[in-house]
Amino acid sequence: MKKKKFDFRAALRRSSVPLMFIIICAICIPLSGLSANMLANEIVTRMGRNAFLILSLLIPIMAGMGLNFGMTLGAMAGQIGLILASDWQIVGVPGMVLAMILSIPISVLLGLFCGKILNMAKGREMITSYIMSFFINGVYQLVVLYMMGSVIPIKHTSIKLPRGYGIRNTVSLLNMRQKLDNLIPFSVKLPFFGEIRIPLMTFIIIALMCLVIVWFRRTKLGQDMRAVGQDMEVARDAGINVERTRIVAIVISTVLAGFGMIIYLQNMGNIATYSSHSQIGMFCIAALLVGGASVDKASIGNVFLGVILFHLMFIVAPRAGAAITGDSMIGEYFRVFVSYAVITVALVMYETNKRRAKSAEGKKLAEAQKGEG
Amino acid sequence: MNNQQNTPLLEMRNISKDFFGNQVLSDINLTLNEGEVIGLVGENGAGKSTLMRILFGANMIRETGGYGGDVLLNGEKVNFSSPFDAIEAGIGMVHQEFSLIPGFTTTENILLNREPVRKNLIAEIFGDRMNTLKRSEMDERAANAIELMGVNVDRKMVISDMPVGHKQFTEIARELSKEQLKLLILDEPTAVLTEKEAEALLAAIKGMAQRGIAIVFITHRLQEILSVCDRVIVMRDGYVVSEKNASDTSVDEITKAMVGREVAKTDSAEGKNRSFDQAKTILSISHLWVDMPGETVRDVSLDVKEGEILGIGGLAGQGKLGIPNGVMGLYQAGGKVTFEGKDIPLNSPRRCLDSSFAFVSEDRRGVGLLLDETLEWNIAFPAMQIQNKFLKNYLGGLVKWRDEAAIKEVTDRYIDELAIKCTSSKQKARELSGGNQQKVCLAKAFALNPRLLFVSEPTRGIDVGAKALVLDALKKFNRENGVTVVIVSSELEELRQSCDRIAIVSGGKIAGILPAASSVEELGALMLSQVI
Repeated sequence: MKKKKFDFRAALRRSSVPLMFIIICAICIPLSGLSANMLANEIVTRMGRNAFLILSLLIPIMAGMGLNFGMTLGAMAGQIGLILASDWQIVGVPGMVLAMILSIPISVLLGLFCGKILNMAKGREMITSYIMSFFINGVYQLVVLYMMGSVIPIKHTSIKLPRGYGIRNTVSLLNMRQKLDNLIPFSVKLPFFGEIRIPLMTFIIIALMCLVIVWFRRTKLGQDMRAVGQDMEVARDAGINVERTRIVAIVISTVLAGFGMIIYLQNMGNIATYSSHSQIGMFCIAALLVGGASVDKASIGNVFLGVILFHLMFIVAPRAGAAITGDSMIGEYFRVFVSYAVITVALVMYETNKRRAKSAEGKKLAEAQKGEG
Repeated sequence: MNNQQNTPLLEMRNISKDFFGNQVLSDINLTLNEGEVIGLVGENGAGKSTLMRILFGANMIRETGGYGGDVLLNGEKVNFSSPFDAIEAGIGMVHQEFSLIPGFTTTENILLNREPVRKNLIAEIFGDRMNTLKRSEMDERAANAIELMGVNVDRKMVISDMPVGHKQFTEIARELSKEQLKLLILDEPTAVLTEKEAEALLAAIKGMAQRGIAIVFITHRLQEILSVCDRVIVMRDGYVVSEKNASDTSVDEITKAMVGREVAKTDSAEGKNRSFDQAKTILSISHLWVDMPGETVRDVSLDVKEGEILGIGGLAGQGKLGIPNGVMGLYQAGGKVTFEGKDIPLNSPRRCLDSSFAFVSEDRRGVGLLLDETLEWNIAFPAMQIQNKFLKNYLGGLVKWRDEAAIKEVTDRYIDELAIKCTSSKQKARELSGGNQQKVCLAKAFALNPRLLFVSEPTRGIDVGAKALVLDALKKFNRENGVTVVIVSSELEELRQSCDRIAIVSGGKIAGILPAASSVEELGALMLSQVI
């Protein structure tokens, strides 16, 4: 009886973040005045847009490297791939595939670099990868702003800056826009929600990705990553190459983030060359945490719950804010502030739980001794 | 099979090892046959662990210049370049510290990094690590290993939910699951077990030996050695001092061989007729427990008399280091500590220091010193922080400036008194030798003018000359300032020389308190009395 109660409280603590968001959404939905049909459509669209990106975060968490803020690196690689593909006028799905292929070597290189650095900063992976994303952002700007058009040939003036080199602030992906989503046109009619358009092909790819992750967990490499994630020293003693395993985890995550970014941008229909990537890491991590993940534990379920709750809040909060205060900026402000808050809370909770576990051990010891004495 | 009678499984010939001129093993000869169990006993620092590390091919041995002599396995000379080679050759070792992944099940831990895999196409392209694990076979092999041990452990249970004993069994099962295993080294496997679990383990050892696995069993629990081993080897100061069949020896004989020094006993009676029976109790500890990893204190009750030097001795891992660390609040602790009639809250270092305790930690580089600061800073810092010494007040105490002159004066005085070898009081603490760093730690504690001083392992890792100086300084501080001193040390001889009374800790409890003039044998027997 006692044990059951304890479990319940622990579960409540673990799921406190998703619960908080469910409450926020429950309050905001009626206030926003949005129809069920519109909400459902929006959520489905955003699920297709973001889920793949968030899935790319799972593997480093498994390898004990925390939330990979370095996924921004993969996003940059994906954008470079897309810029080149659209300059070469390869349109539609083939253009996306080409962009993905182009992004792979860049992602792998960046991932290797990132992994090497993170191996030098064990235990400080998150802050290191976060700062590194700023550093690589500088390199990315150098490449895109100065080298594209001067060193790397760029033909089309529509994406080049008027001065002859550098890429414009916005690159239109009109001929790629939602080509993947609408490859198989599909919509369902539900009694309450009405007609919902489903980006079936994107969903199929996401589903495949989930299967790959499930399968990956069962591989030797997946098992090694879990071992490394829990205790590097023990894993090393058992003969696992810890450094290499960690680098592989980051490389995989970076490559997947690159793919995810391409899927994300094809849905949006344009690239904000200098800002698309910089926020994406933050929003993906916030979404994952909202879904109930923590720094050392995340599942596919967390990804989907996170997308739904986080983006539901994204959609309804500005409207609700506008309805209450008459100023839609309030909601806009609210959602940015909330995503930072969620990450902060998750990090603090991670530390507190670690400490709590430690003191619980001490208590257990004391009780054991009472029994003995 | 025929030559099995003549060639032993393992033979170690004339093994010697020194660490940079410090001889830790000399002329060790050891043979071990298939299915034989030998017990290896000796005090801490007798060389047991070093010997086993040589056998296991530990990196640390090669990094410090290798070893002398030969190791023969099945009559062939071997020289392992890493523990993995040793494992390959059929040697398994269960270390004192667990080497388990906390979130994995028993099965996963037993087969860690040796999981059977199912080949697939993707692995052909991306390498073997993309093969999937064969869960069913893993389960089967884990079950076999557990059965071999003869103890029941839940294969599906996650390690972090397990009692300590089962973790130990998991470690052993991991070694057993290696098919090539011929020789198993168990380094104090029963230290963490309850009595029942230890019994099960001993039964398991017998069972394994019957299956032909040779076992080296290191423990401080002598009864266990006698009940399970075929032969007992006693080591002391890097030599094998006795090797006997278990049936021909007794606990007393082994104890004597372990602690009995050959060197003439130094006169420890100097000033030993001090008696503190009448003195009032300055510090009273009752039912103290401390959760210090590797030095767990279970239930310690102890009274310290005002003005005496109390020694706390015992084997490593029995909890003697946990006592000062727990009282000072550096590790989670519980129980009751009274100092001069006032209760001291545990787990709050600042309150202890305020109550005029001082503590010289055994971890002088980590806790004890500000390595990149000058000696002046090191010595004056705690006194400044805690007692507002060496500060000049301005504006009615609103602004406090350091009194550099006073700091220099006190530092120079201690440099002189303790003979700290340094270029000046401005030298960085990092640049001093270990012995001199230890003296700085003492000076730092002295500068606090404590009523009670805890000193933990004051002579660890420093040379003989410095040892005498450090101990003399402690004695002088005690005699001249009337400060009560508690010295925690692994070296009995040192305690006998400098203390008035010696408390021996064994199994996380006080096994007994004897006057310092007691014989080494008496103290040694206490040390082993409650070993767990």
